[in-house]
Order: sequence, then C-alpha cells, then structure tokens
Amino acid sequence: MVQSLDRSQGRAGSVSAGSVNTHGTYTGNRALQLEEPLIFEMGQAGRCGVDLPEPPKAKERLNGLRRKGEIGLPGLSEPQVVQHYTRLSQKNYAIDMGVYPLGSCTMKHNPRINEKVARLPGIGDLHPLQPVSTVQGALELIDSLAHWLKTLTGMPAVAMSPAAGAHGEMCGMMAIAAALEAKGERAKRRTVLAPESAHGTNPATAAALGFVVKPIPANDRGRVDLAALKAALGPDVAAIMLTNPNTCGLFESEIVEISKAVHEAGAYFYCDGANFNAIVGRVRPGDLGIDCMHINLHKTFSTPHGGGGPGAGPVVLSAALAPYAPYPWIVKDGDTWRVAEDGAKVDGLPLGRLKAFHGQMGMFTRALAYIMSHGADGLRQVAEDAVLNANYVMAALKDVMSPAFEGPCMHEALFDDSFLKDTGVSTLDFAKAMIDEGYHPMTMYFPLVVHGAMLIEPTESVAKEDLDQFIGALRSLTAKAKTGTAADDFKAAPLYAPRRRLDETLAARKPILRWKPSNNPPGTDPLKQAAE
Amino acid sequence: MAETKYTEEHEWIRVEGDVGTIGITQYAQEQLGDVVFVDVPVAGRTVAKGEACAVVESVKAASDIYAPVGGEVVESNAALADTPGDVNAEPTGKGWFFKLKLSDKGELAGLMDEAAYEAFVKSLG
Repeated sequence: MVQSLDRSQGRAGSVSAGSVNTHGTYTGNRALQLEEPLIFEMGQAGRCGVDLPEPPKAKERLNGLRRKGEIGLPGLSEPQVVQHYTRLSQKNYAIDMGVYPLGSCTMKHNPRINEKVARLPGIGDLHPLQPVSTVQGALELIDSLAHWLKTLTGMPAVAMSPAAGAHGEMCGMMAIAAALEAKGERAKRRTVLAPESAHGTNPATAAALGFVVKPIPANDRGRVDLAALKAALGPDVAAIMLTNPNTCGLFESEIVEISKAVHEAGAYFYCDGANFNAIVGRVRPGDLGIDCMHINLHKTFSTPHGGGGPGAGPVVLSAALAPYAPYPWIVKDGDTWRVAEDGAKVDGLPLGRLKAFHGQMGMFTRALAYIMSHGADGLRQVAEDAVLNANYVMAALKDVMSPAFEGPCMHEALFDDSFLKDTGVSTLDFAKAMIDEGYHPMTMYFPLVVHGAMLIEPTESVAKEDLDQFIGALRSLTAKAKTGTAADDFKAAPLYAPRRRLDETLAARKPILRWKPSNNPPGTDPLKQAAE
Repeated sequence: MAETKYTEEHEWIRVEGDVGTIGITQYAQEQLGDVVFVDVPVAGRTVAKGEACAVVESVKAASDIYAPVGGEVVESNAALADTPGDVNAEPTGKGWFFKLKLSDKGELAGLMDEAAYEAFVKSLG
C-alpha cells in the first residue's frame, strides 16, 4: 500500500474539501498514525499562543536597519504546538520503546533513578556562576565521579570538562601534543597511527590537530596487525589511537605488547574508551599501559544520547600526561572545595580550557548515580551481561548469518553480507526490512574493514525474551532472503513505516538544508518523488 | 597510444604522453554504491606516489583516493561537484577525477596492467 505523502492533509492550512487520498480516509491518516506537516506549513499568520502587552514606545536606534517584511513565523495556538511536537515525538523510535541494537553506540537503558537524582532541587537548579560556598556538594559530586572514573580505569588523573567522546579525543590528543611540545619533539613527531579497526573519529581528531594519519591494517582475526604496527613505529610517530574493544567487537588481545612497542618508540598511547562498557569492572585500562582514554558517559554510564543528552567525555590521563590536563578541576583545601580555574597557580602545564564552566553537570550526576546504584559488583555484571547478550545473539544467528570473524565477541556481534550472496538482497535492504519487524536497524556498512557490515550491539539492558524475539525476527528475514525470490519484497521495505524507502542518494547529493515555501511547489515534493 | 594501469586501491591511470588521467575502477564504484560527493585536488598541487589527494564519498562510506604515481595536478574534473553520479555511471569516462603531469614515468612500472588487475579483483572474491 502506498502512503499518502501530502503532508498538509488533515491539518489546518490547505485541505481541499472532499479530497480522497490513497488511504481512502478523508484526512490522509491511518488510524492513529497521523500525517504531520512541517510547522511552517501549519496555522495562520498572526495567530499567537500567548497574550503579550503592547511593547512600550522606544526611540528607534536601528539606523535604518529595521525589518520591513514579515518575519515569517508560523502562527499557532498553544494546543496546536503541543500536538505537533507530541505527534512528531510519537514517530520517533527510542530506547524507551524497544530493542535498539545500533552497534558501536551502546544504546542502553537510561535508568530512572539517574533522572530522579538529576532533578533534585539542590542539583537540578544549580548555576555554574553561583558562589562556590553555595555549591560545595556539587563540587564534591564532580570529585566523587572523578575518583570513580580514575579507580575504574586505574589511571592517576582525569579531565572532566570534555563535552562528548570526540571532544575527549581532542582533549587527550592535545595533552599528547602538549607533552611532545614540552619535550621539544612536537615538530619531529607528526604521525599518528590509527588502526583500521579504530573508531572513525580517531583519524579525524588527529588530522584536526595537524597530525598526519597513517592507517594500520587489521589482521585476519580482526585485530591490529602487530608486525605492521611495529614496522610503522619510528621517531616520527607521536601516538597511536586504538579502540579497545575495537569496532569489530573484539578485544585487542595484544594490547600490552602494543603499548610496550609504542612506548619504546617514544610515542604515546591513546585508547578510545567508547567501548569501555564491555570491560568496565573487569579490566583497568591503566594496567594495559595506556596514556589516555576518553569515557563516553552516555555509553558506559547510561546518560542519555544525542538530543536527550548532552554527551560527556571525561578523559583519564597517565602520570606522563597528567600535568597537561586542561582547566578546570576540583581541589579540596581543608574542608572546602574549590575550582582550579584558568590562571590559577597550579602544578603542571595545563593545556588551557576546552569548555566554558566545569563540564556537563547533569551528566556527571546521572553517571555517578549509575555507578553508586550498581556498585562494584553491579558494574562488573554490566560488562558481563553486555558481552553475554552479544554472544547470545552471535551464537543464535551464526548458522544462518555470516559472522565476520571466528570465535566469541565482546559487546557487539559483527556479521558480513556473505550470507546474502546471490539473493539480490543488500545489507541496506535487510536493515530496512528490520524496521517493518519493529526494530531500529543495527549499524550497517561499518566498520569498513568488513564487507556489507552489520554490527549488532544489544547492550546489557535487553531481557532474554526480547532478545529471543529479535533473533527470531532476524532468522525469519534471513530465511526469506535465502529463498532467492524475495529481493523485490526487501527492496520495497519498509512497508509499514510512516515513510517508505527514502532516497538517501538524492538527499546526500541535493540536500535541502533550509525550508522555503518554494522548495516544495506542488508536484515536486521530493519526499513524494522518493516514495513513487 | 594510451596505456591504462591499475592500483591495488582500485584507481586507474590512463597515460597519454606525460599526462595521466586518474579515476576509480568499475569494481570500486560498485563497492562504494551511489557516490554523493567527490573532492578533487586543485591544479598546480604536487603529489607524491601514494599520497591521499582526493576523497570520494558514497551513501556507505568515505574513501581517500591515492595518487597512483607522483606528479603535478594539471586539471581536475570540476563537473563532479554537481554530478558525482558520473563516477557510478562512467567510472572510466566522464567520472575521471584529475590529470597529473607525471614526474617519473618509471613509477608506472610498479602498477598492474588490465589482466593483472582483473585477476587481483577476482582474488578478492
């Protein structure tokens, strides 16, 4: 069935009386699945949800720059605005709705106790410019979280302020650059090694800081090729950036040897901690010889992702890099907590400030709540359950899908597309068909080292019966694909989503980044064309 | 007489006189899927053999394009900015990336000829 894509149907603005659409309903809606126009296509100019008094007369100081035309804001009442955004939110798929196996992203449950604690009046209503005497508890909270991050990673120092994983990478690599600068080696050590199994942001971070990125190939076990790494090490190498467990969902089993070789060559070891979820409570990265690692609080420590965020990416540092940690940090003088700010007289050579204020306080609160509510035994179980769930998925699917590498995995199960060979079904088609089964697709075509990659990370949050249903759905799709006659059905998926297959190529080649009335003259609606 | 050589990174170079035209192979464009963006080097830039000097981005991935041999960029395919799909439609024709004035024709000797490249692709399965 083809869905109607006339986004104004059933909404104020442009209904033509008596129009009948392909659903056969007057409104274009399908029961409670409502069609939703853009907010700019709704309402009537001049309508306003609030009653504001006339502004006082004031002398104009705009020097002729006063706006002459209409500002073009949509005119909507309060209930229209509330309904619009509520309807949009209901079209979204979220971790609060079901299995969200997006590999490499750790879409785990955000426990409600985190939210409860973050909303306590003494925490939720804080402002970073409050007098320090009124926020002693908040500073202690930051210091407590810093303590546990250092303890869990076995590292002596931590920079709390970075605002996300990539920002943390930037912080760690800036600390490495500062350490090289201090040794007078910055000009000569210009190369950063990034294994193919590292996170995609790693080479981007190194390049952004002016390093030359040199890729290190993976071996046939999906791990860093140690011989190739050793051959690439030399007096020009500043650092290696390695993700462990890596993006193939595999533990870099030779990591101790890697760190030895890196340090013998006079370079530093940046470990990407995005997958710390798989080893928290079980492995202390400090024991593996790393120099710095960012921790995505929104992954391992269950704070919300993306739009529900913000993210937070504290960076733990070795003794060699600790002197270069950025401002600010929390210090205790006697019984009083204070913040070491820019310009404060401190030991070390802080690389500067990466962010206004102290970091993401709301996320610190949630992460600490997560750590305290789990305890040491609970955190260990987090890692165990994350790994167990991924291996359960791997074991239950490996006879019908094709694991990219042999042996058990860590927190995510990676498949290639060889099981779809000659079926006419691609990884993309398979992922779209999962939407019809009610699942957010797994990560696809990443990591690049695996052909047609499908990366499934169930996380520890998913119950066994939900995993069983997910596995059943994938086995059913696999069986259907392997009949060899279902390619057209897969190409048509998703059938039941609010929008059918979107034209991702057109969207990337000719992106429409700003809404204008002229973008969508009747008959040229790009969404409509994509659907047809 | 033009000769075409290939790299293991799936670039082709077609040499006429001392100028080589460079693009990606049919196999490469099939693997990438729909190409949505191409970044080509500016004329006048000097590149070394193996240097990353262009970028191709598809709906699946972004990849570096490496100079098969060293030389100076004499022309780049500006049309790809508007029609990146040319790389899919005609990877060895309209979808060319840039032209190099070769600094050392001897570097061509290390590249594969068509038969060797076909065997190489076959070995990838």
